[in-house]
Amino acid sequence: MIAALLAGPVRVVNVGLARFAHELAGNGAAVVQVDWTPPAAGKPELLSALSRLDGRRIEAANRAVVEKMVAAQPVLAEVRRAGELIAPLDARRLVLHAGPPIAWKDMCGPLKGAVCGAIVFEGWAAELEAAERLAASGGVEFAPNHHFGAVGPMTGITTRSMPLLVVENRAFGNRAFCALNEGLGKVMRFGGNDAEVLARLAWLRDEFGPLLANALRISNGVDLNPLIARGLAMGDEMHQRNVACSSLLLRALSPHLARAGEPRALARAFEFMAGNDQFFLNVGMAMGKSILDPARGAADSTIVTAMSRNGTEFGIRVAALGDAWFTAPVEMPQGLYFPGFSAADANPDMGDSAILEAVGLGAFAMAAAPAVAGFVGAGGFAEAVRTTRAMAEICAGRNRAWGIPALEFSGTPTGIDLRRVVETGIAPVINTGIAHRRAGVGQVGAGVARAPFACFEKALLAFAAS
Amino acid sequence: MLSPLLNRVERGRYLDSVALMRVSRRLEALAGVEAAALLIGTPANKALLRDAGLLGPEGEQASPNDLVIAVRGAKAEEAVESALQFLLQTTTEQTGVLPCARSLAGALELLPDANLALISVPGEFAAYEARKALERGLHVLVFSDNVPLEDEAALKRLASEKGLLMMGPDCGTALIAGTPIAFANAVPRGDIGIVSASGTGLQEVSSLIARLGGGVSHGIGVGGRDLGERVGALGTAAALEALERDAATTKIVLVSKPPSPDVAKRVLERVERCAKPCVVCFLGLQAPGIALTLSEAAERAMNRKIQPLGSAPVKRIRGGRVRGLYCGGTLCAEAELIFRAKGLAGHAFVDLGGDEFTRGRPHPMIEPEMRNDHLKRALADPAVDLVLLDVVLGYGAHPNPAGILLKNDLSKKAVVASVTGTEQDPQVWSRQVAILREAGVIVAASNAHAAELAAALVA
Repeated sequence: MIAALLAGPVRVVNVGLARFAHELAGNGAAVVQVDWTPPAAGKPELLSALSRLDGRRIEAANRAVVEKMVAAQPVLAEVRRAGELIAPLDARRLVLHAGPPIAWKDMCGPLKGAVCGAIVFEGWAAELEAAERLAASGGVEFAPNHHFGAVGPMTGITTRSMPLLVVENRAFGNRAFCALNEGLGKVMRFGGNDAEVLARLAWLRDEFGPLLANALRISNGVDLNPLIARGLAMGDEMHQRNVACSSLLLRALSPHLARAGEPRALARAFEFMAGNDQFFLNVGMAMGKSILDPARGAADSTIVTAMSRNGTEFGIRVAALGDAWFTAPVEMPQGLYFPGFSAADANPDMGDSAILEAVGLGAFAMAAAPAVAGFVGAGGFAEAVRTTRAMAEICAGRNRAWGIPALEFSGTPTGIDLRRVVETGIAPVINTGIAHRRAGVGQVGAGVARAPFACFEKALLAFAAS
Repeated sequence: MLSPLLNRVERGRYLDSVALMRVSRRLEALAGVEAAALLIGTPANKALLRDAGLLGPEGEQASPNDLVIAVRGAKAEEAVESALQFLLQTTTEQTGVLPCARSLAGALELLPDANLALISVPGEFAAYEARKALERGLHVLVFSDNVPLEDEAALKRLASEKGLLMMGPDCGTALIAGTPIAFANAVPRGDIGIVSASGTGLQEVSSLIARLGGGVSHGIGVGGRDLGERVGALGTAAALEALERDAATTKIVLVSKPPSPDVAKRVLERVERCAKPCVVCFLGLQAPGIALTLSEAAERAMNRKIQPLGSAPVKRIRGGRVRGLYCGGTLCAEAELIFRAKGLAGHAFVDLGGDEFTRGRPHPMIEPEMRNDHLKRALADPAVDLVLLDVVLGYGAHPNPAGILLKNDLSKKAVVASVTGTEQDPQVWSRQVAILREAGVIVAASNAHAAELAAALVA
């Protein structure tokens, strides 16, 4: 081994004084500079936890998890009523929501609004005030989507009669669910709950859902890996921008939809999908969950299997730590606001959609979507590339199936390694929509949020103690 | 009345201490600034600031992830603004056009076939970074000092388990396969391998070999404590083994201060068994077969004498007192030993690279300016008759260290110096020699020659 070094040439990673790197480069040596900062922000208890870890075992476990993620074969397989897919929804008055567990009293405005709307939608109360009294008095149960194999954007409300998208990971035989995207404007995912919102939900339940279900049955399912790869090449990052993937999905489904429905229902369906650039978001989220679920419980692995927020708290799950949540108060997103709105109107970060970043899309694939970089206030293309590079520093691998054209088709950074987050002090970046803090107003902007460090610090200490 | 003190904390900002000290120096040169310091908010650094009367309540709150800008003076506020400007320049300078990452893992994505990690982070974190690099299969050179001794031993054991080379800690110099690393000189490639516990020792021997017409296969710095009891010459053993097997190496020079008798015995036995001829210099140890000085080690390796540099006749200063002002610790020790071996007493040798002079300041090899204060005092001191100096060239060193000395009137007293370096060095050995000579300095062919010459003049 030493002989190989002496045989030359030296190729150097320079950790520290940059002048050494410049001089080495001047002497013709290959050199990479590490812009060093104290690991784990110099906190002794974290440093000692990091030093105690068995690097070799963890590396091997993480490699295996990344391989599982890359080997996934997610297929948009069917659409079914939530109660059929998640039995407890039919058995009890259960409302599933985004993020880690939360009690009614701790919920933010939009989440409360969405809960009330869902209660009326399910007929458990006649109108919103009654719904609120029911929720406050313990008349309904609350649980995270993640506890039932599901995810949902923003408030992420899932109840028994809603049609859910089913993504099947055919490499591992597991499935994950997500409700249908309702479109922009006044919608339940931003806390909307008036008659217009509920009418749209009813149409999704009664006409669009069954139509899409039929079309998918005829199609035998839509393979998502190639669709994502093409979407990345067309400028989507699948969190803030889904215009390419939504179009590709509509194109793939259109012959099957034509066979599945009568013309007037079809016209309404096409109109709805054509007018909704974010239609694919919910498909991508179910896909993300289906790719990450096989890693849950993987012994010795420090890969993050979920990132999620309920508008009050941010929570993460880590492979080897199973279904435990590590939470911290959620942060405010930084971004750009629609005319007439400002940061004063913004609700804190919310939704299960950070599953996309956990699977290597969204902000992690920012370099594929320069149009988004500007929109979410992350600057120009160079900044987008820097974001993807920075996210690669905290990931255990890259997804070969999802190449980023502008980075010579190198794969999206995949498999957030808890250790690297704590060590480098680089928090995962999340592209997100910003909800109004008052229920029912809807989206007021878009931006980026940072996953709070405290989640990762707590998880690392728990991992080191396990 | 004390002038106003201002602390400004830049959250989440890290810059290496050399860059920060340069900014501090620029601030102190501003009008209306009495004292200024930029430091990362580690507890040790905050203590430094407190002692200097530069720590305010804001600075107290800083974490090791923050940068503290502390200024005392009538124009403190303007100075803090200037500091932010200077930092901006520093940051662009630092990143330049090199590929850049935030962590070792990120760097290995950019350079997957990297084979060496050069680590120059604060000592308390150096072992952590070194261990990671070794675990990723990289050879390591730890430039940092203040690495705990037990960490050094553990790292070297880990390296030997993995068949990796662990150089340092507290090692400023290496030459690997023709590439100078950190504070090294531009030395032609040749057949002499060097293992050295001292950075400047390695620089002096390799430069002398170059100036004698030879070349170096590899120069491996093992760090000043490698031959101590605790580390037990683990690094030296690995380096000897590697050079013994290396086809490009036909002779080996081993340089260290005298090790403990146990370790010395083991190392000498190993040298004895070595398949290639070895020259050993345990600086200060007079024993048969062992080179007494760095110059002698180079001469033995080259089988050739170092020729004295000609100079105009110099008047003897019988009974004169010598003040040695050194940047290189080993060069200082070598000069002192030469005087002691001759039984000369009453002379002072100061290692300005020692901890007491470099706490919170750059090493004089990087910033030779700090020696000028000492030099000025020595030249003015009636109790000093002759000044002895070293001038160290090479990568990492100041671009014109001889020129910096000229800020003093060197013709006032007898000044004897040597220049450690080569013609290929960025500063060019002969140019530095010429600058000194023009200023009236007597330049000797090596550090040992300079000390011998000074000793002869005052004896």
